[in-house]
Amino acid sequence: MATTTPVLPKLVGQRVKRREDPRLIQGLASYVDDIKVAGMQYLAFKRSDVAHGRITRIDTTAAAAMDGVEAVFTGAQIAEIVPPMPIGTPFPSPAHHAVAVDVVRYAGEPVAVVVARDRYVARDAADAIVVSYERLPAVVDLEQAMTGKPAVIHKDFANNLAVALVPGGTGVGADYSVDDTAINKAFAAAEVVISQRMVNQRLAPTAIEGRGVLAHYEPGRGTMTIWSSTQNPHILRTMIAAMNGLGQDQVRAIAPEVGGGFGAKINIYGEEYVAAAISKKLGVPIKWVEDRSEAFVATTHGRDILGYIDLAAKRDGTVLGLKLRLIADIGAYNMLLTAAIPTLTMLMANATYNIPAIRVTLTEVFTNKTPTDAYRGAGRPEATYFVERAMDMLARELNMDPADLRRKNFIQPYQFPFATQMGAVYDSGDYEKCMDLALKNAKWKELKAERDAAKAKGRLVGIGMAMYVEVCGLGPSSSLPTGGWEHSGVTIERDGRITATTGASPHGQGNETTFGQMLADQFGVPLEHVTILHGDTSIVKQGIGTFGSRSQAVGGTALHLAGGKVKAKMAKFAAALLEANEDDLVFENGRVFVKGAPASGKSFAEVAAYAYVPVPLPPGLEPGLSDEAFFEPANNTYPFGCHISMLEIDRETGEPKLLKLIAVDDAGNLINPLIVEGQIHGGLAQGIGQAMIEEVVYNSDGQLVTGSFMDYAIPRAIDFPRFELDFTCTPTPVNPLGAKGVGEAGTLGSTPCIVAAAVDALSEFGVKHIDMMLRPEKLWRIIHGGKS
Amino acid sequence: MAQISITVNGKVRKADVEPRLLLTHFLREQLNLTGTHLGCDTSQCGACTVLIDGRSAKSCTIFAVQADGAAVTTIEGLAKDGQLHALQTAFWEEHGLQCGYCTPGMILSAVDLLQKNPKPSEQQIREGISGNYCRCTGYQHIVNAVQRAARG
Ligand code: FES
Ligand code: FES
Repeated sequence: MATTTPVLPKLVGQRVKRREDPRLIQGLASYVDDIKVAGMQYLAFKRSDVAHGRITRIDTTAAAAMDGVEAVFTGAQIAEIVPPMPIGTPFPSPAHHAVAVDVVRYAGEPVAVVVARDRYVARDAADAIVVSYERLPAVVDLEQAMTGKPAVIHKDFANNLAVALVPGGTGVGADYSVDDTAINKAFAAAEVVISQRMVNQRLAPTAIEGRGVLAHYEPGRGTMTIWSSTQNPHILRTMIAAMNGLGQDQVRAIAPEVGGGFGAKINIYGEEYVAAAISKKLGVPIKWVEDRSEAFVATTHGRDILGYIDLAAKRDGTVLGLKLRLIADIGAYNMLLTAAIPTLTMLMANATYNIPAIRVTLTEVFTNKTPTDAYRGAGRPEATYFVERAMDMLARELNMDPADLRRKNFIQPYQFPFATQMGAVYDSGDYEKCMDLALKNAKWKELKAERDAAKAKGRLVGIGMAMYVEVCGLGPSSSLPTGGWEHSGVTIERDGRITATTGASPHGQGNETTFGQMLADQFGVPLEHVTILHGDTSIVKQGIGTFGSRSQAVGGTALHLAGGKVKAKMAKFAAALLEANEDDLVFENGRVFVKGAPASGKSFAEVAAYAYVPVPLPPGLEPGLSDEAFFEPANNTYPFGCHISMLEIDRETGEPKLLKLIAVDDAGNLINPLIVEGQIHGGLAQGIGQAMIEEVVYNSDGQLVTGSFMDYAIPRAIDFPRFELDFTCTPTPVNPLGAKGVGEAGTLGSTPCIVAAAVDALSEFGVKHIDMMLRPEKLWRIIHGGKS
Repeated sequence: MAQISITVNGKVRKADVEPRLLLTHFLREQLNLTGTHLGCDTSQCGACTVLIDGRSAKSCTIFAVQADGAAVTTIEGLAKDGQLHALQTAFWEEHGLQCGYCTPGMILSAVDLLQKNPKPSEQQIREGISGNYCRCTGYQHIVNAVQRAARG
């Protein structure tokens, strides 16, 4: 009987719908709070309601006496089982206890912990704990904090300086020696200098699933299993093991379904350490799930960098030099990556331009606020914002089209790899091509005419554009304390199906689909025959995690390399079976055959079966088809793009409305354009949110004013126009996939292009810069000349 | 404790509950229907949305005792006879979800929206789902999904 072999389409580059979705659209997925272990007890944290104070008394009697309460721990008691928390950066750092021992340094810092039979009782008991404080002055204003006023938060850190001053850029040596010749020369030659103070405001990441953890120590086995809503279970395992005196072989960390991360679930938090330590101490499973109000104070914030920028240029638009003084408000403590985030702002200060001399300095400052750490973009949106705002101001000053100004200064395609003034080596790029496509898609000329026509009618309409380049695919191991590789394992099962593991632990990125597409193509098998496993350290042997837009560029490459190793071995088995030369074999349509003779071959499953019952065993081969790979990238990748927006401001109310957002992004080769578009949309939403409606606000006592979704606005569907996306493709030479990474891109170009549009809309009032967010009141005051 | 009887996904469920037990927790903890999620504590995010007597409602904002006698549909009860609901299919086809955490609530809100207005404009869709937050998708693919389902 003649059989017809179905022809399998190539999947890489196709809009394949996601394999994750069936469980998610039916409510069948398991997030951490959906997991139950028999005998599980719940944690609740009593949190400080003052921003800065000395604990004078904690009364836990009433709480401990409540029915259903298993135990109550004060900070001092927790300190006996949880050592001060480690950080992941080489900067000096004050001791940070998971639960405050004597001094609280931000409103919301834990001061005591309750263990109870259910979450209602746990919360009641936490509420019943009475804490008295001797209040200390709250350090809230960033620039005042740098003078040590009104208080010094950590005694060994004079003037609240977490990082006193790091210089970078032209003339700065590896030993931080500073030579000002070039930067002084640049500014001496300037015909125009733009100077501006800008704030890249504090944001709350707010994944819709808050954090949560379930720790289960089994005393009989001496092992710990910990489920956590985390972006990086392997880092969690490392830290939980170290903090609990266990070996890494004795800890199993699991990231189950994770409801968004956006950088805030990289850090390993005190709640995770406390849950693990209490589980070990009491020998019972312990669950803690964050409330939203808790998340606003207890999950790290993002951004909050003040920049003083000076941009020197000639009147023809040639940029000569850039000075940028960065001051980061990092909140009360260093978390895992806190101190490193603003260094990425430094690194990316070169933006997309040839700038002969750049000098950046960075200072990081403690304040009585929730600590900051990574938030989507993590340091790069700040750099993009500062430089692009200054470029826009320069264009305005010179009365030049902002696109023409960019064009005049772009790094040119022939200059790649391009060593920047900041020490980065941009891998590849064609900025002008990308910008030209964006201008074409936006109909830039017509857009200007449209704006002018609207303005002529008295409407406040503006347009803005911005370029960005970001550092992704992090990164060589020299740049990450965890190591910068990623790991993958690929096994061809005995029935010819494929199981693969990846250390890139997704939380919405769709790796089960994209990685499946890659393996299906590599082996010529149906996508349905490939299973991608992730997020469990007992299944995924090694890994780093998902952040810095790295899962495709680094994790995807590890998968590709592991697949390649297995395929090479499988070809040897097939060659023996087919009595052919392994180099002549083709893997296609579920078969392995000699090139040009598909009928002569064997099915993929037959070759797999042979590899597991290898009679005879081909000389020099071991049975089985399973291998793994670590991929260490030689460099980061540097995706880029151009964003254009049009916005209108209501003259009466000051309310801004985004009318258009056009984005052209270049992330190199794309595995699944549908998923890539989703990533861009999500990034744009967060960038637009930052530009227009999001801001974490503290009052002068250090109380968080924006402590719930009632006061902190995250964008809703009505806040956006339809985004118009397009792509150019400049593959990276850094990895064999040519893929650069795309998860954060949308947050970069959107903020400066929207603020540029707002400034453009209000140009008749002589305004040069507006700090984010574009609060209607702020815009109204500009329109009404500061009069109310 | 209070005695309640709620029809959940077509099955009558009787229970003794604390009067302060939220409907969300009743569904999640007692019936193990964990597809209903919690995303906030101020009735804003809509992750907890279910259908009560056919209308969308935020299950975090009602006590289980208030739903006594009502018929509740959760995301687990939306597919019928192994057939996905048109909105479930549309969300899948249009990549209307990423982390999936907002998705059950988002889909159930959209069910309500299309019941009331089977042919909504894009603006009406955006308004109709504004009680549901999604931090991942930027909503565009969600809007596409609702449009697809409305096209039938
Ligand atoms: S959990 Fe119900 S509205 Fe947020
Ligand atoms: S898909 Fe993640 S919150 Fe909507």
